[in-house]
Amino acid sequence: MIYRLGVDVGGTNTDAVIIDDNFKLIESIKMPTTEDVSTGILQAIHSVLEQAQIDKSQIKYAMLGTTQCTNAIVERKKLCKVGIIRIGSPATHSIEPMVDWPEDLRKTVSENYYIVKGGYEFDGREIIALDEEEIRSVARDMKGKVEAIAISCVFSHIRSEHEERVAKIVKEELGDIPVSLSHEVASMGLLERENATILNSALMNVAQTVTEGFKQGLLKEGIENAEIYLCQNDGTLMSVEYTKRFPILTVACGPTNSIRGASFLSKMKNAIVLDIGGTTTDIGVIVNAFPRESSQAAEVGGARTNFRMPDILAIGLGGGTIIRENAGQIKVGPDSVGYKITEKALVFGGDTLTATDIAVRLGMSEIGDATKVSHIDKFFAEKVMDKMMELIEEGIDKMKLSSEPVPVVLVGGGGIIVRDGLKAVSEVIRPDNFPVANAIGSAISQVSGTFEKLFTLDSITRDEAIKQAKEEAANIAVKAGADPESIEIVEIEDVPLAYHPGNATKIKVKAAGNLAV
Amino acid sequence: MRKLDVQAIEDIALGASLLGAGGGGDPYIGKLMALQAVKKYGEVTLIDVEEVPDDALIVPTAMMGAPTVLVEKIANGGEFKRAFEKLEKYYGKKIYATMPIEAGGVNSMIPLAVAAQMGVPIIDVDGMGRAFPELQMVTFHLQGVHSSPMAITDEKGNVAILETISNKWSEDIARAMTVAQGGSVMVSIYPMTGKQLKQCGIRNIMSYSQEIGKAIRESNKYDIPPVKQLLDKIQGFEIFKGKIVDVLRETRAGFNFGTVKLDGVEEYKGDTCEVGFQNENLIAKRGDRVLVTTPDLICITDLENITPVTTDGLKYGRRVLVIGLKCDTQWRTEKGIETVGPRYFGYDVDYIPLEERMKGVK
Repeated sequence: MIYRLGVDVGGTNTDAVIIDDNFKLIESIKMPTTEDVSTGILQAIHSVLEQAQIDKSQIKYAMLGTTQCTNAIVERKKLCKVGIIRIGSPATHSIEPMVDWPEDLRKTVSENYYIVKGGYEFDGREIIALDEEEIRSVARDMKGKVEAIAISCVFSHIRSEHEERVAKIVKEELGDIPVSLSHEVASMGLLERENATILNSALMNVAQTVTEGFKQGLLKEGIENAEIYLCQNDGTLMSVEYTKRFPILTVACGPTNSIRGASFLSKMKNAIVLDIGGTTTDIGVIVNAFPRESSQAAEVGGARTNFRMPDILAIGLGGGTIIRENAGQIKVGPDSVGYKITEKALVFGGDTLTATDIAVRLGMSEIGDATKVSHIDKFFAEKVMDKMMELIEEGIDKMKLSSEPVPVVLVGGGGIIVRDGLKAVSEVIRPDNFPVANAIGSAISQVSGTFEKLFTLDSITRDEAIKQAKEEAANIAVKAGADPESIEIVEIEDVPLAYHPGNATKIKVKAAGNLAV
Repeated sequence: MRKLDVQAIEDIALGASLLGAGGGGDPYIGKLMALQAVKKYGEVTLIDVEEVPDDALIVPTAMMGAPTVLVEKIANGGEFKRAFEKLEKYYGKKIYATMPIEAGGVNSMIPLAVAAQMGVPIIDVDGMGRAFPELQMVTFHLQGVHSSPMAITDEKGNVAILETISNKWSEDIARAMTVAQGGSVMVSIYPMTGKQLKQCGIRNIMSYSQEIGKAIRESNKYDIPPVKQLLDKIQGFEIFKGKIVDVLRETRAGFNFGTVKLDGVEEYKGDTCEVGFQNENLIAKRGDRVLVTTPDLICITDLENITPVTTDGLKYGRRVLVIGLKCDTQWRTEKGIETVGPRYFGYDVDYIPLEERMKGVK
C-alpha cells in the first residue's frame, strides 16, 4: 500500500492526514497552529504518524498547504530586498513601479527600481531594442543592495525574450541571484503582473525556509521516500523546485484546499462550501470540482495583483468568535480567541464566551465540559445562535448565483457552530472527516498548467489558437508533474480585444491531471 | 474654480466607470497616471465653463485605441508636452486649458494627468456625457466644430498633426495610425475657443461624475438600500435586476458585438432581459420590449455593491443591476441620433427617449 501525507496550515489549527492510494482516510490529527507555523507543522506530522502506525517507507507523497508566504507579506517580515527592472521605456514612465503600494510594504521590499529600454507591442514588434549596456549598469548599481530580482516587461506575454535576456545579463553581473520573470508569474496587465512578480521575488527566502523545513521535518520522522509537493491557490500542486521559483502561488491555498477537500468528501461537483475555522468562515464555490476563480483584481498585503485567486468571501465568524452582551444587545465578534480557544473558551475552563460555548449550551456539540456553560440562559443562547446563522445566511446569499436553494458543504473545525435549516439552502452536507477537509484537499490534489496569450486571428483561426493554447497548457501541466494520460482541460476563456481593428483575442486555458507516479 | 484632491480624483474615476456605460475601459490606469502626475506636479484646478474666456484656446485630451493595450503598454507621460508644444506653435497661441472628450472610462482621467503636468486648468465639461467608441461621436461634431488640427503622439516620441477634411476622416486616419503605433496613442483633438465650448460642451460632467462616485463609495454607509440610493442621486431608471445566464461575443470590423442575457432576480423573477453591446451597452430589452437605446445610457452594476461592471467584466453567474440614464439633450436632435442612434450601430430600432419608453412600465 502506498500512502499520502497531507498537511494544511490554518490560522487556528494545523491539520495532518494520511490517506492510502484508494483515497481512503487512514488517520487525521488537528493541532494548534504555532506562532512560527513550522513547529506546528512538525508536531502535526509527528502526531499523525504516531497514531497511524504505518510503514513510513510507503509514504510516497507529502503535500503541504501553508500560510507562511501569505503571513510574511501581511506581516512584512522575512521578505527579501527586491531589485525591480521594468522593461518598457520610453513607455510606462507615467506610472512607476509600486506607486499604489502601502508605504510600509514598499519600504520593506524595494527602494531600487529601474525602467529600462525595451518591451513589445501587442503584435510582438519591439517597442525599441534592449540596450544591454544600460541593463549591465542597472545591475551593477543594485549590487549588494538587493537579494532577489523581479523583471517585468511590456507585453511579455506575447514575447518573453526581453525578460529572459535581461535575466541572463543580470545573472552575469550579479551571480546566482534569484530572479522572477513576470510572464511566468501572472497574466495581462503590466502593473498587477509586476506587483505579483515583485512579491514573488520578495518571498524567495521564505520559500527556501518553508520547503527545507518541511523536508527536514519529514526526514526527522523517518519519511525518506516521499515526493514533496506544495499546494497552490488554484487547487493544484507544485513541486519543491517549482515552489522555490513561484512561492507567491501558495497565497490563499488554504481556502482552496478546503474547497477541493469538501468536493472530494461530499462527492459534490457544484456547491457552496463553508469552511469554518476558529476565527473566520470562508465561503467558496465549487464549480466542476474546482474552486471558482475570482474575477476581481486580488489585493495581497495591500498590493493589487492579477494572478488567479479563489473567489472567497471571508466573514468574521468561527468557533472562537467572542460573544458579548451589552445592555441587551448581542454582539457576535468580529474578534476571536483564535488558536487560544482551548484555554479561553468557557467549555475548556476559560473565561471568554465564544461561539463554541453557545453551540455546546444548545446541545449541538459535546466538545469540552458542558457543565461549564449550563448556567447560560437558553433563550439568550438561542438568540445568539439566530444572529450567528443570519451572518452565515447573508454570506451564502452573496456567493450564490441565483436565489435558488443550493447545497452547502460544511467543513472545518468550527463546523459544529452551524445549525441545520439554513435559509435558501437545499441541504447541508456534513461529510465524514469534515474537520480535516483542508488537509484531505491538499493530499488528493492534482497538478495543473495555465497558458494565456493574446492571439492575432489574422494568421491563425480561432479554433487553431485555442488548440495551440490547450497544448501549451497541457505541456505546462506535464512539466509541473502531471501524468500526460490523465490531463483534462478544465477551463477555457476567450476575450476579444476591445476598440481594436483586426481580430485580436486573449485566450486562457487551464489543464489539470493526476500526479505522475 | 476648485482644487481636486486625491479623494476627488478617486470619486471621479469611480463615477466615470458608470458613465462609461459598459465601455471606455477601466479608469484604473488613468487614475494612477493622474495621481502620479498630481503627486509630481501639484493639484489640479477644475474650472467652470463660464470661467473660460471666449477667445481662449481649449484642447481636449484623450487616449485613443484599446484600453487593453494601455494597461500593458502604459504611457510615457511626456506625450502631451510634445503635443502641446506643436499645437501652440501651429496656432501661435498658448493653450488655456484642457478637458475630457468623454466622461466615461480611462479618458475621464487622462486630462487630469495632462492638466497637472502642463499646469493648466481642467474644465468641468465633456463632449459625450458618457463614452462612445468613435472620434466623431461628440457634441462638438454636431455643432460643426472640426476635430483637426489634431495632434497624435505616442510614447516613442512620434508626433503628427493632422488636418483633415471631415471628422470621419480624422477617425479613419487616426485609427490606422493608432494600429501602426502599437494600438494605443495619445491625442489632442477638437481644439476650440471658449465661445465654441460654451455652445456645445456638456456641462458640469466631472462634478456629476464625482457625485456618482461618492454615492457609490458611500452606499454602504446608510440604511437605505444602495440601489435605491444611487438611483435617487443620479435620477436613473431601474431597468432590471438579474443574473447573467449567457454572454455572446463576436468581433466584426474592430468592434465587439455582444449580447448579455439576464434572468430576473428579486422582483424581476420570471422575467428576462437582454442587453446588446459593442464596446458600450447600446440597447436593452425586457422580454421583447425595448426599454433603452443609445444615446441614452445603459449602465450595468454589481447588484450587491453597485460598483459598475464593464462589458469585459460580464461573466456568467454575476448578479447585476441595469440602469438607464438620460443622455444630454444635444444627442436627441436629428443629427445627434444620426451620429450615435441605434441605427448607426446596426440595430433596426427607432430612438425613443428613455423616459417615453419607460412610461407605463412597471
